[in-house]
Amino acid sequence: MSLRDGPLGEIKAPVAWVAAGVLVVVLIGAISLFVAGGSRSGPTGQLRGAADSLTAPVGGVIAAPVRVAGAGVGAVGAYFMAGSQNGELRADLAAALSWRDEALTLRQENARLRGLLGLRTSPPLPMVSAETVLDARGPFSNSRLADAGAADGIVEGNPVLSDHGLVGRVVGVSAHASRIMLLTDVDSRTPVMIARTNGRAILTGDGGPNPQLAYLRTHDALQEGDRVLTSGDGGVVPRGLPVGTVAKGVDGVWRVALDADAEPIDFVRILLFKDISQVATPAELTPNQLPGAATDVPEAPPPSAALPLSPKPAKPAAPSQAAQP
Amino acid sequence: MIARRARPVSPMVWILGPMAAAFAASLILAVPLRVAGLQLPEPVFALAPAFAWAMARPSVMPPLALAALGLALDLLWGDPPGLWAVCILTAYALVFFARRILVGQDVLALWGAYALACATAMLVGFALVGLRAGHAPSLVGVALQFVVTVALFPFAWILIERYEAPDTRF
Repeated sequence: MSLRDGPLGEIKAPVAWVAAGVLVVVLIGAISLFVAGGSRSGPTGQLRGAADSLTAPVGGVIAAPVRVAGAGVGAVGAYFMAGSQNGELRADLAAALSWRDEALTLRQENARLRGLLGLRTSPPLPMVSAETVLDARGPFSNSRLADAGAADGIVEGNPVLSDHGLVGRVVGVSAHASRIMLLTDVDSRTPVMIARTNGRAILTGDGGPNPQLAYLRTHDALQEGDRVLTSGDGGVVPRGLPVGTVAKGVDGVWRVALDADAEPIDFVRILLFKDISQVATPAELTPNQLPGAATDVPEAPPPSAALPLSPKPAKPAAPSQAAQP
Repeated sequence: MIARRARPVSPMVWILGPMAAAFAASLILAVPLRVAGLQLPEPVFALAPAFAWAMARPSVMPPLALAALGLALDLLWGDPPGLWAVCILTAYALVFFARRILVGQDVLALWGAYALACATAMLVGFALVGLRAGHAPSLVGVALQFVVTVALFPFAWILIERYEAPDTRF
């Protein structure tokens, strides 16, 4: 039944005026909503959580055939490129074996020096693996929806890593879904440091693919290719997570080419890190040991934490994996 | 001989159909897919029905529908609630109040008007997000989204053509 057949049809008013009036009222309502609920963690959080809970399973269903097709294409490509890949892998393995010997030597030396200096190391951080099912990549929002939530122990603020580096942090959590704000989001601010100079900066997203280095504090000039790591300043993100490399933008601004851009961010690891006090509890810190003692060697993370994410990781019921920040 | 009356178009077809199609298209394009290192574009599908609805007979339902669609897009994309509702409604208002000028123009002129409406929506979003974040979003990202959204004009044109003859009063 159309509206004009009902009681509203008896109202005598110019349709254009009524429509314009409704338009103005709705526009004012939308502006009020934006002003009142602009914050991601504001009073609209429950509405966002409910929406994420609804869209995450739908996104998972839509993304499933895309992943299957991508895996199929990859498998066909790998079949035809098996010969050349085999050669490349043999070369990589030979290089990795020499690095392994050097790494073992350095680990022993590092542990001995830590013991001599009485350094206290941070405990491993538990983490949760998740699959990203939806992706917002517009200029006003860069976020992803992951299929793990509060039921897995995730809380707002948890840092998120991919195979290659930091991706962003959790800004919204529902029972089985998490909204991840990427480093490229216009609201994203992350304290970072330049590995070569130890200079500090705030990584500031602007909706583009390469976030800016703002509030740069360093005595040495930046160089393209400098490694960028999280600084841990402010205690919201652990120190030392890989972020990317410094690059000069076409606008002359120092930017960062993100490590996480190297591969599609299909699977992520969400570190269950809330703030710096989590790793500063005296009881959780490794006690000082004399050099040479067996227990002063920091416990190596389990192999699953060091290896890249598998294409189909088993999502743990409880956070059992651990990452060394 | 009595002239044949135009058959009124149901609001289910005229409003809910394009709404559902725009949201479904946005949802599908939100799939995290990369081909040869490139991501899928993220056009604002809702601007196509907004333009078509504003060009049709004035009605009270399109603003309500666009507000709902904008809010749904905000929740889908993780934007602050109300952002896209404001942007889309502003573009709708621009076309709504310029409707008398636009009616009867040829396709290219309408495409230009649609591009202007899209630019208005993007500029409003740029200003609101910039004010909220304290610094300007990337103009390159805004321009990319503008271009892919302007390319959606054929969908708006199909809607205008389809519902130009019948009576769309309801």
